[in-house]
Amino acid sequence: MPKLTLVAFSDDLDRAIAGFLIASRAAVEGWEVVMFFTFWGLAIVRDPKKRVKKEERNERMVASMLPRGADELTLSHMHMLGLGTSMVKKRMSAKKMLSVAEMMKEAKEFGVRFVACALPMEILGIRREELIDEIDEICSVGDYLREAKGADLNLFI
Amino acid sequence: MTADETLDCLGMICPRPLFETLKRLRKMEIGKTIEVVGDYVPSIDEITEMMRKQGHGVVSVTTEGRVWRIVIRKMR
Repeated sequence: MPKLTLVAFSDDLDRAIAGFLIASRAAVEGWEVVMFFTFWGLAIVRDPKKRVKKEERNERMVASMLPRGADELTLSHMHMLGLGTSMVKKRMSAKKMLSVAEMMKEAKEFGVRFVACALPMEILGIRREELIDEIDEICSVGDYLREAKGADLNLFI
Repeated sequence: MTADETLDCLGMICPRPLFETLKRLRKMEIGKTIEVVGDYVPSIDEITEMMRKQGHGVVSVTTEGRVWRIVIRKMR
């Protein structure tokens, strides 16, 4: 069976949509799919309901500036202080599309594996406890390379 | 024939009708039929090909203008 590894590097709404759609579409085709959430992409898998007390001031600042989960993502272009993002979200629901948070749950339902990368978690001060339960494991760049080496398709989004 | 269930995918764009069909099929009993209705034309091939690949029965495919109806029997 073909395998897809996908690096979700960005916290842009548009990129997240592309990532989850490609991942889910491949998964229903029977592919093995692994999504690696790294750097800004970690914001997508932050659980808005989970709060972790942070001692360090810098950590608290980063935590407050990062989107708290999939519903807080904004467009990479035409965000326009929120106007563009809300317009696109309205267009999405008019076209009966799911929200990014729902797409994420769906991808999981279709068997996509979710992995969070350890190093950027350290840099941004993001703890395992504040990520969504759907994260299967925390990995290193070495783990990623091993998975990607055996994949037929690797995407960096 | 009338199907046991219907799934309204009108207004949905690819791959949503396929995803919704697959999710609904999972919840159905083997042997039951479902009629999927949509108006996004590329989804016809996407759904019927996937059904064949997964071993489900495509009972009928009908179109009327842009609106299509696919009746599927869950086989496994």
